[in-house]
Amino acid sequence: MKDSSFVIGGHSFASRLIVGTGKYRSNGEMVAAIRASRAEMVTVAVRRVDLDRSREEGILHHLDPSRYFLLPNTAGCYTVADALRYARLGRAAGLNDWVKLEVIGDEQTLLPDTAATLEAAVELVADGFKVMAYTNDDLITAMRLEDAGCVAVMPLASPIGSGLGVVNPYYIREIKRRLSVPVIVDAGVGTASDACVTMEQGVDGVLMNTAIAAADDPVGMARAMELSVRAGREAYLAGRMQSREIAVPSSPAAGMLDRESA
Amino acid sequence: MTTTGHGDGEAGATVVGRGRREVSIMLNGRPRSVEAGMSVRALLRQLKLDPGMVVVEHNRRILARGALSGTEVGEGDRIELVHFVGGG
Repeated sequence: MKDSSFVIGGHSFASRLIVGTGKYRSNGEMVAAIRASRAEMVTVAVRRVDLDRSREEGILHHLDPSRYFLLPNTAGCYTVADALRYARLGRAAGLNDWVKLEVIGDEQTLLPDTAATLEAAVELVADGFKVMAYTNDDLITAMRLEDAGCVAVMPLASPIGSGLGVVNPYYIREIKRRLSVPVIVDAGVGTASDACVTMEQGVDGVLMNTAIAAADDPVGMARAMELSVRAGREAYLAGRMQSREIAVPSSPAAGMLDRESA
Repeated sequence: MTTTGHGDGEAGATVVGRGRREVSIMLNGRPRSVEAGMSVRALLRQLKLDPGMVVVEHNRRILARGALSGTEVGEGDRIELVHFVGGG
């Protein structure tokens, strides 16, 4: 089965893998891993410039915005007001009017505040943003975010940075079945098999950061993720066999030796 | 810089050596003294920051790049300079 193209908000992307740029040990390693992932869309955060220059300079010194589609996020925001502020600061950088909207509701689990996310999404869409909304795996919230005009809805596989994989594949499938906008699973993927299983649910894409950045060899893991996202997508399109809790032989029962022929 | 011709907004400005006046601002959450009447663009130049690489928020309002030269830094201003960093 031939795949359709991956279009978000009228923009076509070559890769269904979206990667973050945080938590790398060095900028060099980050750039090499992102290249190996073959991702086109890459998330970035908005933060104060370090006026003491104790840390490395901004990400635009390392990633070429003409080569990558940089998606500013509102990570770290706990209120609607903060999310709007960060989104607008990100847009003022002049790259695009897209935002990965994230409004966190709890410091321990980093689970989203879905009511605040929805409220912020409405405001940002009205303000002309193309909103890709990070949310939990709740169908009703996902439907409301689509109604609000988000260009993509991004349910989590499991909590941010947990690496637990897809904890509720049924909910992810149900969200994908019911929404028209792209569904991108964002957060929780830990290793290549998680990415593959995620894509096998039929979702349009997957977004990850820690799984690559925190691997012993981020470049190697980025390559593995690229392969597994494609593998999962192809397996989904190919249509898996029915699973059954009984063995069925692969070789014919007929033609075995020393048996009476009919 | 002379000490004449400044408006109410710089009431708190202090006169320093050779008549140069300074204003106190909060820059990225830290107090800092800068020359009175300085434009935001000049402040960025002093900090050796490329205006194309940072976004300026001046008293909670985002400044368009074209407004950097025409915006003066005044006493008590709160300025945030942000840019993109690694994130997920």
